[in-house]
Amino acid sequence: MALIQLAGICRRFQLGDTTVNALADLNLQIDAGDYVAVMGPSGSGKSTLLNLLGLLDRPDAGHYLLEGRDVTTLSPDEQAKVRSQRIGFVFQSFHLVPRLTAAENIALPMTLAGIAPAERERRVAQALKDFSLDHRADHKPDQLSGGQRQRVAIARATIMQPPLILADEPTGNLDRHTGEEVVHLLEGLNARGVTLIVVTHDPAMGARARRQLVMEDGHLKQDSAGHAPG
Amino acid sequence: MRPADLFRFARDAATGYPVRTALSVLAMAIGVAAVVLLTALGDGARRYVVGQFSSLGTNLVIVLPGRTGTGGFNPATAITNTPRDLTVDDAAAIKRAPAVQRVAPLTVGTSEISTAGRLREVMVAGTTHDYFAIRGFVTAQGTPLPDEDWNRGASVVVIGAKIREELFGNDAAIGQLVRIGDRRVRVIGVLKPVGQGLGMNTDELAIVPVSLAQALFNTNTLFRVLIEARSRDAIPAAREQALAVLKQRHRGEEDVTVITQDAVLATFDKLLGALTLAVAGIAAISLAVAGILVMNVMLVAVTQRTGEIGLLKALGAPARTIRLAFLSEAAMLSAMGAVLGYLLGQAGAFVLRQLFPVFPAYAPNWAVIAGLGTALGTGLLFGYLPARRAARLDPVQALMKH
Ligand SMILES: Nc1ncnc2c1ncn2[C@@H]1O[C@H](COP(=O)(O)OP(=O)(O)OP(=O)(O)O)[C@@H](O)[C@H]1O
Ligand SMILES: [Mg+2]
Repeated sequence: MALIQLAGICRRFQLGDTTVNALADLNLQIDAGDYVAVMGPSGSGKSTLLNLLGLLDRPDAGHYLLEGRDVTTLSPDEQAKVRSQRIGFVFQSFHLVPRLTAAENIALPMTLAGIAPAERERRVAQALKDFSLDHRADHKPDQLSGGQRQRVAIARATIMQPPLILADEPTGNLDRHTGEEVVHLLEGLNARGVTLIVVTHDPAMGARARRQLVMEDGHLKQDSAGHAPG
Repeated sequence: MRPADLFRFARDAATGYPVRTALSVLAMAIGVAAVVLLTALGDGARRYVVGQFSSLGTNLVIVLPGRTGTGGFNPATAITNTPRDLTVDDAAAIKRAPAVQRVAPLTVGTSEISTAGRLREVMVAGTTHDYFAIRGFVTAQGTPLPDEDWNRGASVVVIGAKIREELFGNDAAIGQLVRIGDRRVRVIGVLKPVGQGLGMNTDELAIVPVSLAQALFNTNTLFRVLIEARSRDAIPAAREQALAVLKQRHRGEEDVTVITQDAVLATFDKLLGALTLAVAGIAAISLAVAGILVMNVMLVAVTQRTGEIGLLKALGAPARTIRLAFLSEAAMLSAMGAVLGYLLGQAGAFVLRQLFPVFPAYAPNWAVIAGLGTALGTGLLFGYLPARRAARLDPVQALMKH
């Protein structure tokens, strides 16, 4: 069974008198363990799609089944729980809490979920090692380089061991070299079975994915997997 | 989220913006300090007055000649007009009333006291042995007035500490003869120095038997009759009985005024209590103002940290956790302000007590509890609105503000 099933998803924004169809009747399936790149021109609806997949936004019409369960009808608190346990986010602008150290930022999802401090410490220590941040544990975000910040953010996204990672232009604020490092890290996660969905403007990065989706005006213009584009 | 984590998160958020935090803590502190200090002043004044009245003696009932106060129109006194004298025999008659423990007649006037060429003005109180017990006067040397026939007092005097010093310096005073007006009297006692109180300063007083004072001032009437009731509960009975005795002796006319210390005290107590309450109310307004400031600070915090709130939501924080986080921060600000204000207020009251030792400037417990409670209450009340706003933010919009 597919990890993600979208059926007839619409998302409209009202801008004054005009209605923008950010997503128009979108049908899509993504299998567990897949590596998907979402591409397309600016304003085509990539971020809107990712926000919907991450349960940060609700569709105006259509159904979204995550792991076979309709998540569009869940209450906000139930959706928060799904975000906490099933989904990890990586943002273009890192979104680290400036007053917390790298270790505390990585632990934040566990802290919010009420996981015991001892368990948190154990997992953070492991994550710091996995992402080569051992010597940066007590550094605040403004004492870290861009690449280190994104590594902290990825460590944070994986600390709850979610089956799905959503990354919206994760290398957009990084130079080519550090960008590649970050991509390798994400691909490493995918190699261990995590479903990875990356929004990117970079064709080279998009080409590395197993499956490419190209969007235009809220529609799927092209799907390398050959499913009939909706 | 675990309470300890919530606490740490709120604390780190508060200390992350030191100026903002310091300002709201200070505002709250000033409010609480104002409540503590002003009620300390108000209640101090109340206690001071009550204390001074109590020092007049316990269970005291006082008879004044003439009808004063709000007794209403009395045809009898309207005709006779001049009140009958209050005499030593009247006082002696009151002494037989069952609810009465002690009675002391009192006549006062000023005269000159002199010895060996030293002379000064003196306030002379003519009274009896029991006066000392009623007023709680204690002699430092010698004895009080003897217990004797009120109408044939001995030629003796008990003098205040300051009189003794001025007349005798370092010499012994007991047994010495002094002249008061045209009488020669023997010093039998010296009062313990007490300093300034409400009413007379006993350090500059000369106490003689009432018959001697009446002869000295050529009068038959008394200034006051002091009555000590058998107990606190017997005060109204003592008052009624004294009135009845005097009415009977004065041919059915109620031509005296009887006041109880309790009534006077209760009036002052109420008056100054109300004053304290009013002052506390005014100070509480500053607490409300501080609460509004905390609200503004928290609203600014929500705006400043919109991106962070979006992130928390993305990481799976339910609305409740976000509300609690901001509410904890508001509570923390007001609690810190309240504690700081409490310390400041108590320190201020302490300084007051050091500067004016006679003034018992202690904040009453109710005011301290109410002040701290109001501070926390307003903090939470005004913190709720920003916390709710934070919890309701749309995560996508919030994440874009970074
Ligand atoms: N909150 C909003 N209010 C109004 N219009 C919105 C809102 N969010 C998105 N849109 C519109 O929806 C469309 C899709 O936006 P989206 O952010 O998904 O594009 P995108 O593909 O991510 O673009 P980019 O590559 O620039 O990030 C755009 O036309 C955008 O203007
Ligand atoms: Mg986008």
